[in-house]
Amino acid sequence: MRNYKNVIAAYSIMIFLIILVGIFQSWSIALTILNYCLISAVMTIGANIQWGYAGLINFGIMGYTALGGLAVVLVSVEPVKKAWQVGGLNILACVWIIVAIIFVVKFILNRFDKSKLRNYSVASVILGGIILLRVTAAPGIEAIESVDPAKTGFLGGMGLPVLFSWIVGALLAGSLAFVIGKIALGLRADYLAIATLLIAEIIVSIIKHEEWLARGVKNVIGLKRPAPYEIDLQTSEWFINLVTKFNSSKLNLINSISDKQEALNQMVIDASSVYVKLCFTGLFLTVVIILLIVTQKALYSPWGRKMRAIRDNEEAASAMGKNIVKEHLLIFILGSAIVGLAGAMMVTNDGLFTPGSYRPMRYTFVIWVMVIVGGTGNNFGAILGGFVVWFLWVEAAPIALFLINLFTSHLPETNAVRVHLIESAPYFRFLVIGIGLLLIMRYRPQGIIPEKIIKQ
Amino acid sequence: MDFLNAIIVLFNFTVIPALAYGSQLALGAIFVTLIYAVLRFANFATGDMMSFGTMFAVILTYYFQSLGFGLGVLPTALLTIPFAILMMILYMLIIDKFVFSYYRIKKSPPVQFAMVSVGVMFVTQALIRIIIGPSDRRFLDGEKFIIKATEFKEITGLAEGITLKSTQAITIIVTLIVVSIMFWFLNRTKTGTSMRAYSDNEDLALLSGIDPKRVVLITWVIAGILATIGGVLYGLDKSYRPFVYFNNMLPIFAAAIVGGIGNPFGAFLGGYVIAFAEIFVTYAYKRFISYLLPEHLEPDSLLQLLSTDYKFAVSFSILVIVLLIRPSGIFKGKVI
Repeated sequence: MRNYKNVIAAYSIMIFLIILVGIFQSWSIALTILNYCLISAVMTIGANIQWGYAGLINFGIMGYTALGGLAVVLVSVEPVKKAWQVGGLNILACVWIIVAIIFVVKFILNRFDKSKLRNYSVASVILGGIILLRVTAAPGIEAIESVDPAKTGFLGGMGLPVLFSWIVGALLAGSLAFVIGKIALGLRADYLAIATLLIAEIIVSIIKHEEWLARGVKNVIGLKRPAPYEIDLQTSEWFINLVTKFNSSKLNLINSISDKQEALNQMVIDASSVYVKLCFTGLFLTVVIILLIVTQKALYSPWGRKMRAIRDNEEAASAMGKNIVKEHLLIFILGSAIVGLAGAMMVTNDGLFTPGSYRPMRYTFVIWVMVIVGGTGNNFGAILGGFVVWFLWVEAAPIALFLINLFTSHLPETNAVRVHLIESAPYFRFLVIGIGLLLIMRYRPQGIIPEKIIKQ
Repeated sequence: MDFLNAIIVLFNFTVIPALAYGSQLALGAIFVTLIYAVLRFANFATGDMMSFGTMFAVILTYYFQSLGFGLGVLPTALLTIPFAILMMILYMLIIDKFVFSYYRIKKSPPVQFAMVSVGVMFVTQALIRIIIGPSDRRFLDGEKFIIKATEFKEITGLAEGITLKSTQAITIIVTLIVVSIMFWFLNRTKTGTSMRAYSDNEDLALLSGIDPKRVVLITWVIAGILATIGGVLYGLDKSYRPFVYFNNMLPIFAAAIVGGIGNPFGAFLGGYVIAFAEIFVTYAYKRFISYLLPEHLEPDSLLQLLSTDYKFAVSFSILVIVLLIRPSGIFKGKVI
């Protein structure tokens, strides 16, 4: 029972901190932080499955997150009919060419013995294929990108509900993980880290530069939402009544009718943004709880025991007849799919898709810090890590600013050191995260909430 | 004549930039590979350590410029490199003392080392941004060009010219000097031999009386020299921007692995392999071909295999191919 007390205490502190932000800054900011904490929690569950359960080091989290985001665009945006008319055929032809290349390469690899000739022919097929692809795609891409380039200039999506894209995001990320896993999983741990880091970079650069796909660095804005829009709320009768009811005591203090109306308007605007964020919080919380239940069940199932056995001693598990390659691939796909889901959730929450913002610092290394700090191999720990680290990541700058002001208050306003420090306050988040990670690694390598082994 | 023109176009737009870029990558890759060979971990703080050393060179360059020191036609930064190296080595030794040595004594698995180096990466990045800020800085002074295209055309009377920037020449020359001294040190001196022995088999090296502390110290010293020089050369050639240095870590890793990680000579060549591949695959061959073919056959398109946006993607793809076909790299490195 003592273990659970730790967990409950840690989570209560976290909730208390977020409430403090609500009181001191604003409820809207507190809910934004909470939503991002929940999204981070989903990512850490994914990373924790790979690292904590199976000991696979995956530095490609950024790639799966971006792919999940791409899924939102591909699923929920209305299709751009004109773009499909002018260039759709070329793009479909390209898909067939890619499929053909894969089959030809597979055929050559299966049919002929290992030789120089085989290597050269595979290389020439791939090279020829790329040239053919460029020739076929070029006119189509040009035509698509010139269709109203300020607003569309891409193929658009399928116009389906946005929640559906969460599943698609997970599927996309999972299938990519299958391909990458086939290529890279045989590598030693630190090689795998480097390889996945670089492959993620390739994926993001493709999403960034293929503008016909999702507008690339031009960004897609105004994505669909699973929650109501603020503007609609502000004009609907029931919502204004609700706000009036909640704030009736405050409103009654104001005497003049015009002042009252103004105060009410402001309250409705504030409340609408809080309401929308609460809707998102509800959705995200549902996802986190479902994932938590499933992963907890899995962890203490025979399958979970098998994974831990493989993690702790590969040779012994292999000697017991466990198929390590298969299990590693499976867990690589599962973890990546969950990260893809988180990526889709994040883009849905933001309402925009900005491929330029995917950077390994923010989307790979910070997530890893979350898993390590929270507790590897323990889902409660991983989620807590997501909360703590995201909270620090966001609040480090204001806290640093406060401390700098406190310690330099004896210096004049124009002191060069003070001005410089205040300007660089946002970068203290890197320092806090880095030192936090180093301290945890050194003095509590199993994380805040360590892995718990239940003896069965 | 047309043939000569074609060669010069190719030389000017691919070979010279690739040699310069390859040298910068090679220095970084040797740094990665040395740390991997002797200290046995993949250092994810590589890019930021290079950036850290360069930062001192930038600050000192500004200081020297304000004092009026300089090397005339050569950039002032060359004068500041020794001081920057000292600061860099000091920083690395402090990091090693307070962070890495604990895990080395505990003989932690390489994955744990990699995660610790991620922590060091965060801290280094924070320090850089707090000290010098994230903005773009140019610190090149002195003569910018050795040969300008127009001068070259006048001298030779050809239609195409060669532009040789002084930074490119400095990069290539300095790299060759540094790398040859390093190889001489590793292969010919007693300390170098003891380092290689330690890297090959730690226990045997200890038995034969090699002092591990000394080996580690010397590794960090060489690493500091390579990181700072590589960083400063890159900064002179392009410009100094912390974020770009972090990104450069990726092709550097690719170069180290392609060459066979743990093998310094492989890393040196790997840098050039990556640089040449990046530039050859993303170069538009239209002008080159148009000199070779008769006029009515001139191509309409740019004849570019991949757009320059995919520069990084090319090097990573090479890495993936190498990992698939020959996981130990072109020159056999440590066994994976």
